[in-house]
Amino acid sequence: MSPLLEVEDLKVAFTRRGEPDSVAVDGVGFDVQPGEIVGLVGESGCGKSVTSLAIMRLLPERGNRVTGSIRMDGDDLLALSDSAMRERRGKDLSMIFQDPLSSLNPVISVGLQVTEVLTRHRGMKKDAARREAADLLDRVGIPDPRRRLDSYPHQLSGGMRQRALIAIALACTPRLLIADEPTTALDVTIQAQILDLLKQLVAETGTALVMITHDLGVVAGLCDRVNVLYGGRIVERAERHELFRTPRHPYTHGLLGSIPRLDGPPGEELAAIRGSVNDNLPWTDACAFAPRCPRKLDACTAGTPPVTENGRLLRCINPVEAS
Amino acid sequence: MTTPRGSLRPRPSTLLKRKKTRIDDLGGRSLTADALVRLRRNPVAIVGAVIIGLFVLISIFAPLIAPHDAGAVFPELQRTLRPDSIPGSMPGFPLGSDQNGRDFFSRLILASRQTLIVGVLATLIGLVFGVVIGALAGAFGGWVDTVLMRVTDVLLSIPSLLLAISIAALAARPSQTTVIIAVALVNVPIFARLLRGAMLAQRDSDHVLAATSLGVKRSAIVVRHMLPNALGPVIVQATLTLATSILDAAALSFLGLGDGDPARAEWGLMLANAQAYLDVRPALAFYPAVAIILVALGFTLLGEAMREAIDPKGRR
Repeated sequence: MSPLLEVEDLKVAFTRRGEPDSVAVDGVGFDVQPGEIVGLVGESGCGKSVTSLAIMRLLPERGNRVTGSIRMDGDDLLALSDSAMRERRGKDLSMIFQDPLSSLNPVISVGLQVTEVLTRHRGMKKDAARREAADLLDRVGIPDPRRRLDSYPHQLSGGMRQRALIAIALACTPRLLIADEPTTALDVTIQAQILDLLKQLVAETGTALVMITHDLGVVAGLCDRVNVLYGGRIVERAERHELFRTPRHPYTHGLLGSIPRLDGPPGEELAAIRGSVNDNLPWTDACAFAPRCPRKLDACTAGTPPVTENGRLLRCINPVEAS
Repeated sequence: MTTPRGSLRPRPSTLLKRKKTRIDDLGGRSLTADALVRLRRNPVAIVGAVIIGLFVLISIFAPLIAPHDAGAVFPELQRTLRPDSIPGSMPGFPLGSDQNGRDFFSRLILASRQTLIVGVLATLIGLVFGVVIGALAGAFGGWVDTVLMRVTDVLLSIPSLLLAISIAALAARPSQTTVIIAVALVNVPIFARLLRGAMLAQRDSDHVLAATSLGVKRSAIVVRHMLPNALGPVIVQATLTLATSILDAAALSFLGLGDGDPARAEWGLMLANAQAYLDVRPALAFYPAVAIILVALGFTLLGEAMREAIDPKGRR
């Protein structure tokens, strides 16, 4: 089966006159099969959101340089004209954002925001679009959908808003949905509901999902394959179960190890990865994780660690042994 | 503890009623409706609205309220005029005569029309052009923005009254139209600058990004997603601008750049003409001045209250 989305050697650099470029994404490559759920995991500043915005071509027009290729069905999205890309957004690929309140237009009703997409991409007439919109709200589990069509975003709860956004994003049954930390702004019980809903909907519609998150709990319950990003590069990629059973990269290992356990002895110090993300990415002549790595060797700072790929991708010269 | 039973809880019927309104609340009350509710609870807004309401009513029904024409000279009044006295109240003329033997009360009432027409038109014209310029600059950015905003900067750099005087003075014969145009032109850059800023903020907002991610057309994004969200401060400013427009128009008339038609009364001009008779009959200056101040105050109070209602958290 040919992949639905192929990202190859994607680089995003933010440019500013008189200053050196700031590289946010540095040669990221991954693919997504139709109907698959792929995770992009990493801490703040690792380039996961920038990657998703680059795929949607939503980065600001000026002040950045995007190179590499993003292929969907064989077409390079980066080479499409603006209007061709606009045709695809919402129809072939769409996106859900982190903050459900600010992602909805506060001055127009929820119904209008759903029907807008339907009239735009599916050429529906007003009445038909309204019926379909009520149907969509019903499918994402919003009670009394007809009435909710006339509600304004501030009248819905956080969970409802995210449900509405999911309904809007899936209105035209896109084949690819990018979810950028869709549950971060919600509390834990609602998080689980939203994740279940997403999982169920993408299974029903055959939509592939790229899940961007810093929360390994989200990944564990949802993703088929997981890409771990650090400093703008993918450092490890594996099937979900493999990754959780045998994390090989010291960063992944550290991330998994730093999840506090309820059954640990009380008073135990929480495990953490030392240091914090460095803005300047020294990948060119060293491993960017080396300064924080407990398994650092001299060779780590001698050059960029090569990528090994046997069954799973790994960018490390001294990986954690599979036990 | 002698409270009679049942008084602690609302009766079942009120409970039911309350629940019903709660549910109804959910069915679509827009932010605008919310703001209106807050506005109605604000005494400052009520005072402003009452002043404006009275002013508008008086100016609409001015010909019915005023007993005489604004330009009519009455011989019986003229006969009583002396260099050192202008008659006050007398039968048929509630506030007496002005310096030319015309009915002062009628002129005062009829002048409210000129003020309303000039104030509203100057603000509306300024608003329309300002919104178009601001929306274009904010939506397109780039060189469109640069060109439009530099022109705006130039207009803003000239003191508003000076600018209005210069424009009004360009006209061969000052009239009501030239006053309206002059004051409107002063208002244009204020609205343009304000809307452009709000549009820029909208352009970077999450919901515009979300709309873009759904493939919504650019025109729809500007008209449906950016403009309505950016208009709030502009509407508030329009109310405040009504006050300054009225003051500017009065100032132009005061300086002799206003409507020269003696058949029409205008507060600014009445004030100017009353200057010479300040020691003879100060009321001639006092009433028009109070009228101008009251109307400007009304619009300012309502404008400030609207600002609060639209943005209840901020600025104070």
